[in-house]
Amino acid sequence: MISCEKAAIICNKAQYKEATVFEKLTLKIHILLCNACAAHAKNNAALTSLCNKANLKALTDKDKTKMKEKLEEQV
Amino acid sequence: MTSHSLHPDTWVDLYSDYLYNYAVTRVSDTEIAKDIVQETFLAGLKSAKNFKGDAAERTWLIAILKRKVIDHYRKINSNKGKAEVRMSYSTHMDSEGDWLEEQVADPYSILENDAIENEELGLAIQECISKLPKKQAHVFNMKTIQGVSTEDICNELGINPSNLWVMIHRSRTALMECLNQNWFKL
Repeated sequence: MISCEKAAIICNKAQYKEATVFEKLTLKIHILLCNACAAHAKNNAALTSLCNKANLKALTDKDKTKMKEKLEEQV
Repeated sequence: MTSHSLHPDTWVDLYSDYLYNYAVTRVSDTEIAKDIVQETFLAGLKSAKNFKGDAAERTWLIAILKRKVIDHYRKINSNKGKAEVRMSYSTHMDSEGDWLEEQVADPYSILENDAIENEELGLAIQECISKLPKKQAHVFNMKTIQGVSTEDICNELGINPSNLWVMIHRSRTALMECLNQNWFKL
C-alpha cells in the first residue's frame, strides 16, 4: 500500500486532472483502508468545487508588474 | 483601536487580486476591472495623506474602488448623452400579457442568491489565499485560478514538479482549514 504522503500528492494531482489511471487506483485502495485520507480527499474535492463555484479571477504576473511600475512612477 | 498605516509598495502583491475580483463582479468586464483596480491604487496614493488610520488598508482601498465603479457607470452613461432606461416589454410586438406580473422576480428562483453567495465565497477564498506564505499563494494562484500547466510553472519558477505538488498540498490544506473557519462556520 502507498503511504499517506503519497496518497495526498495523488489526491492533489487528481484535483487538477493530472493523476494517471494507475495512481487513481492506488489512491482508491488507500482511501478504502485509511479514514484520515478519506476525510482529506473529501475536503480536497470540496475545495475544488468551491473554487470552481466562486469563479475566481486573478491578475497575471505581467499585469501586476505593470501596475507596480505605474505606481512607482507616481511615488 | 489599533492604528493602521499605508504601505503602497505592498498593495499590488497583497490586494490586487482581491480588488480585482470585487471589481469584476461589478463591471463584468475583465479589462475595465483591471483599469479600475489600477485607478484605485493611483487614487489611493494621491490621497494617502488623508488616510486617518481608522480602517485597515484593504477596507480603505475597497472604499475608493467603490467610488471608481460608480464613476465608471457615470462615465459610460454620459457618453451616451444621458442615463437612459430602455425597456421594451417584448421583442414580439404583438404579444399580450400582464406586463407587471411577468416582471416580478420569481420567488422560487434561487439563482440571484447564488450569484451573491458566490461573490462572497470568491472574496472569502481570496482572503484565505492572501494569508498563505507568498510563494505558496503564487503557485496556488497560477495552478488553480490561471490554470497554468505544471510544466510551465516549474520552468517559470525554477522548481521541480515534486516541489510544486508539496507546495500545492500545503496551500490546499491551509485553505481548507481557513475556509472551514471563515466560510462554513459563519
